[in-house]
Amino acid sequence: MELCDLTIHELRGLYARKEVFPSEVLASVTRRIHKVEKDYGAYLTLDLEGAAEQAQAADARIKAGKALGVLEGIPVAIKDNLCQAGKEATCASRILQGFVPPYTATVVRKILAQGAVILGRANMDEFAMGSSTEYSAVKESKNPWDPQRTPGGSSGGSAVAVAAGEAIAALGSDTGGSIRQPAAFSGVTGLKPTYGLVSRYGLVALASSLDQIGPLTKDAEDSALLLNILSGFDPMDSTSVRVKELDYTRDLQQDLSGKKIGLPLEYFGAGIDAEVKRTVMKAVDLLKELGVEVVEISLKFTEYALPAYCIISSAEAGSNLARYDGIRFGKAAARIEDNLAAFYTRTRSEGFGPEVKRRIMLGTYVLSAGSYEAYYKKAQQVRTLIIKEFNEVFQQVDAIITPTTPTTAFKFGEKSQDPLRMYWSEVCTAPVNMAGLPAISIPCGFSCGLPVGMQIIGDHFMETVILNIAYQYQRVTDYHKARPEPVRKEGTA
Amino acid sequence: MRFDTVIGLEVHAELATATKIFCACTTKFGGAPNTQTCPVCLGLPGALPVLNKRAVEFCIRAGLALRCEIAKFSKMDRKNFFYPDMPKAYQISQYDLPLCRDGFLTLDCGKKIRINRIHLEEDAGKLTHSTGTERYSLVDYNRAGVPLIEIVSGPDLSTPAEAVEYLEKLQRILEYLEISDCKMAEGSLRCDANISLKPIDREELGTKTELKNLNSFKALSRALDYEIKRQSELLAAGQAVRAETRKWDEAKQQTLSIRSKEETQDYRYFPEPDLVPIELDPAYIAGIAKSLPELPDEKKQRFMADYGLPEYDADLITSAKRLAEFFEAVNAWYFNPKAASNFIMGELLRLLGEEQLKSAEIPVNPASFGDLLKLIDEGEISVSVGKQVFAQMFRTGAAPEEIIKAEGFKQISDETQLLAVINKAIKDHPQSVQDYLGGKEKAAGFLVGQIMRETKGQANPKLLKDLLHRELEKLKE
Ligand SMILES: [Zn+2]
Repeated sequence: MELCDLTIHELRGLYARKEVFPSEVLASVTRRIHKVEKDYGAYLTLDLEGAAEQAQAADARIKAGKALGVLEGIPVAIKDNLCQAGKEATCASRILQGFVPPYTATVVRKILAQGAVILGRANMDEFAMGSSTEYSAVKESKNPWDPQRTPGGSSGGSAVAVAAGEAIAALGSDTGGSIRQPAAFSGVTGLKPTYGLVSRYGLVALASSLDQIGPLTKDAEDSALLLNILSGFDPMDSTSVRVKELDYTRDLQQDLSGKKIGLPLEYFGAGIDAEVKRTVMKAVDLLKELGVEVVEISLKFTEYALPAYCIISSAEAGSNLARYDGIRFGKAAARIEDNLAAFYTRTRSEGFGPEVKRRIMLGTYVLSAGSYEAYYKKAQQVRTLIIKEFNEVFQQVDAIITPTTPTTAFKFGEKSQDPLRMYWSEVCTAPVNMAGLPAISIPCGFSCGLPVGMQIIGDHFMETVILNIAYQYQRVTDYHKARPEPVRKEGTA
Repeated sequence: MRFDTVIGLEVHAELATATKIFCACTTKFGGAPNTQTCPVCLGLPGALPVLNKRAVEFCIRAGLALRCEIAKFSKMDRKNFFYPDMPKAYQISQYDLPLCRDGFLTLDCGKKIRINRIHLEEDAGKLTHSTGTERYSLVDYNRAGVPLIEIVSGPDLSTPAEAVEYLEKLQRILEYLEISDCKMAEGSLRCDANISLKPIDREELGTKTELKNLNSFKALSRALDYEIKRQSELLAAGQAVRAETRKWDEAKQQTLSIRSKEETQDYRYFPEPDLVPIELDPAYIAGIAKSLPELPDEKKQRFMADYGLPEYDADLITSAKRLAEFFEAVNAWYFNPKAASNFIMGELLRLLGEEQLKSAEIPVNPASFGDLLKLIDEGEISVSVGKQVFAQMFRTGAAPEEIIKAEGFKQISDETQLLAVINKAIKDHPQSVQDYLGGKEKAAGFLVGQIMRETKGQANPKLLKDLLHRELEKLKE
């Protein structure tokens, strides 16, 4: 085991005892990056020099016995859609090439304030649209468990970085599953917090009413540690919620007996791979042994959740992405034409990839006169029903468990030519965003050597409950500690 | 064929909040281009709007003053369209749930003009197009994100004069509420007009045109006049009026078509997901209602009743809130409303105009002004000297007594002193004396003028006239 394979909480212990220093950890991460990055492509840009400076500063603080931030000297990756002043943020899109934000996202500011060492910017599907990183305009990230396969997306680069030890932890964003799905595919822990718990200020928007920033980590304890830092009201984000400050590690140790978990039939039905189902059910059986009571429930609006999600997210995305017009920032069309409309058309035709264009067209269509009532409005009504249904279920259970994804990691090219099949990868996760609920995906076994993710969904602002369940499960299992083959070899070498 | 004219106005007023509607940038006018901007009002990726509470309050003030219902539940929406002055390529506005609806404004003749809605939205930036051979456009986002309210009237105005009166009253109300600078020249008050004609005997409205670029009351009035003539000629000739947007061309003094309504774009409104709905507590609305000032029409009526001012005076003095307040402050110190009104209308407004000052910047202390009126009433100085004193008060801020003392302005009421001057004038102007004695009474006026000049206007006018008359009559004998 290399230092780069450790967790935040393990490193914090080592730092506290002055057994290891951040520069050593960074050196280990850097070695790993040099070894595997060319094959996996987790990052769009790396700033190892900047990271080294940050790590040395952390060394000094530790040596001087100064008060340490929660993330003091912890090397992390951030998704390329989070703004940091002075660092190019492209969202893996051609149209944002050269865009250097003059300001820093609230979450980035917060992790920096806690001493985090930022390694670089992780690859993603263009504007977070996609489930495989195949829609990145720059490159594909490879799944470390099988480089023939995608790591999932859109936070694929973040998931790969954590899975391969190219970062201790990473930040991602989740609109319909973009943290949990790649976490499941890549065998890491991914948390999507309750909508409004984490400020979106500085997150380049995909769909404003669904987007939420969250951590990708090696285990649930690290998720809780990061959530402690990321969460909190932000006056710069009107949709952020004033909730009581909470220590999300508080309930991790709690006994699970008496906890009631719902298994929704609809998430174990057609379209879900049998082996994935079986693996998740085995995990549920283990939870039973830990004292959890399991009941079958029904979430019958699930059937409509994905189509409604596609409509709402596309509508918001189409509008959010309208600002990329080549006038104020990013990449403009090579030749400025005399005609403004032609200039817009050319800039956007050259700048956006096919999936982004597809969603802009879909979004424009569902909001247009004559379609609004049938699509956008109907989808909003469905959304209200989904929220209501989840609320009712949470009257009876503490958490809901489902597979995170209908299949394990798929191969490159398998779905990228068929948008509907690609959208299907979010069938278990998108309803959660529609309801604004928190959910965590944790590794719960393997199918044909590929990680399987279990999704634990909680009630609004009940992150402590799902983190407790995830932590207790990870206490008695090792799936989250498993490392992909090439990484294992290097580790033992 | 005879037609009824149907006019409705859409008025945009920039709100005088200190900061923009969704960020902390200043709304000050005239900064160097793009210096009053930030990631939010530049629409940079990842930036988010936060609604300015003051802007909501100002919109509600307007709504309450215009007798609107205030929505307890309202929301912001996105209006999507591409244009370089609109950084996000959508304008955050209000669509189906405006903050205020169903109010009215009463014209002087008693006619009620419905206010359909008042909603809150953000202003755009400003484009400047090159005029030289090299073609380019520049954009300044200092105005982008300045809060606006849009006030939409019902189609209840029947003449250009009514439209002008409506807009004047609206301007005065917004100014009284202190929510907008309301300067048409600077664009802080903007007006678009919808106008259609319908045959007198028909119920259904005719096809309307929308008029833009109405940058003054005169432009509004002339554009409507022009459009009435144009549309009635078309209709009289059996031709149809096209539904279109037309622009008032100040140089040509005519309206020109800029786009047809068929080309109107689909704005694809939908609820702004970056903002939460606006839910208002009735107590909050009631608090704002309580804080509303007396409105111009009420004030005008009260000035006529309580101060006995003629309607003309009351209207002029209540045309600006600070002017009306000044008038009341003067009369609270020394009560002579008509004299105060005369001085304000004649002297004060002229001096303000010369110095290009606003009514909020009157440099005269109302108590000193009251003292001045009192000195005139007590015969210490004449009205004409009073005007000179007032001008000095205006420029120096000194008290009237000081000025009178320093300039030796005190009225001469001493008979011996006056008689000496009168007799000198009689001696110096024998021709005028002859004329007077010959029956030309007017010649006395000339002599009064000469004496006034001699005494620098300080002669007590009444006493002077009496004495001069007596001396001249003596010569008849
Ligand atoms: Zn700003």
